[in-house]
Amino acid sequence: MKYLELFWAFFKVGLMSFGGGYAAMPLVQTQIVEELGWINMTDFTDMLAISQMTPGPISINLSTFVGARMGNLLGATAAMLGCIVPSCVIMLILTRLYRKFRTLETVQCVLAVLKPATLSMIAASGGSLFLLSVFGGEPRDLWLAGFDWRAGFDWFAAVIFAVGLVLLRIKRVKVPPVLIMLGAGVLGLVFSVLPAVNG
Amino acid sequence: MKKNASLTRLFWTSFSISALTFGGGYVIVSLLRKQFVDKHGWMTDDEMLDILAISQSCPGVIAVNATFMAGYRLRGAAGAAAAVIGCIIPPFGIIFGLSFFYTAVKDSPAVRGVFRGLLAGVAAVIADVVVTMTTPVIKAKKVLPIVIMFAAFVANFVFNWNPAFIILFTAALGIALQLARFFRRKMAQGTGDR
Repeated sequence: MKYLELFWAFFKVGLMSFGGGYAAMPLVQTQIVEELGWINMTDFTDMLAISQMTPGPISINLSTFVGARMGNLLGATAAMLGCIVPSCVIMLILTRLYRKFRTLETVQCVLAVLKPATLSMIAASGGSLFLLSVFGGEPRDLWLAGFDWRAGFDWFAAVIFAVGLVLLRIKRVKVPPVLIMLGAGVLGLVFSVLPAVNG
Repeated sequence: MKKNASLTRLFWTSFSISALTFGGGYVIVSLLRKQFVDKHGWMTDDEMLDILAISQSCPGVIAVNATFMAGYRLRGAAGAAAAVIGCIIPPFGIIFGLSFFYTAVKDSPAVRGVFRGLLAGVAAVIADVVVTMTTPVIKAKKVLPIVIMFAAFVANFVFNWNPAFIILFTAALGIALQLARFFRRKMAQGTGDR
């Protein structure tokens, strides 16, 4: 039963994610973390970080990881299959319609409005990661009157975020994202073993 | 055109791309193009561009979409299966192995330190992705996409609406808009305005 649930949860993720791994991220967060409560936010962000740093499609990595945590090899297989079955079925149908599809006006029109919405989901998910990392809070904490901004502030994370973003935005340097994450991880390790600065 | 495209070679080509590519679907499909078109000459660039356009505009895993279509074009259903299985085995194996390691060490202070840094790094990478993808939408200065973008962001981030619901709602809106356009055109033709 657990395996069926895993399959179904990731089937929905696969079916709804327009725009690959980054688009799948907010769906997994809502489904698996918030609604089903299968894993907590810390484990989710850990898995997300690992999924982005290892080779292969991000959503395959993420679904395999959640599945493995929930139900070992069978769980990993069920979750990963759930994630790719919508892809395969839709592609099987479309290989028949191939050239027609690309110019189909309705499809183009729907995609034109879907793209900005997908983008917003990615932005919102990135926003909640930022809040968790730098302020130790979640989006809904923002609207609580008594939320103390300074209490959870992590200057180390703030510096890593700022420097990382600047390095990524400078076009001449072209630092690959994997290097940014590797560097951030190594710095995190170094700071954790230096007791004086470990907040 | 399709010489050398045996199932085994299809499998290993897609296996090696998936195993050696960091950064997810978008990077994988560009390597797919390099291998299938430039290296093996299995299809023309035009065919590959069609496949990439379709795989990126459909839901699901972009890399799986693309390898499925490319495999199918070359060797039918068996080709699609070979290419997709090649694409999913490396990440599945790596993550499955890592998941045990992760469970064993995740609470140690050093590992928490690594993830404290990683989380900030991931947030920076996503922020970069968002800026890169948002800029063309803003620059195009079309009202509707910009309104949808901000409305969807507020609905999700502030009001905590389910992303799946927002995606479905937006898709329905797109279909409604297209229908409205279609009927307006019909009416205009019917009354002889044009």
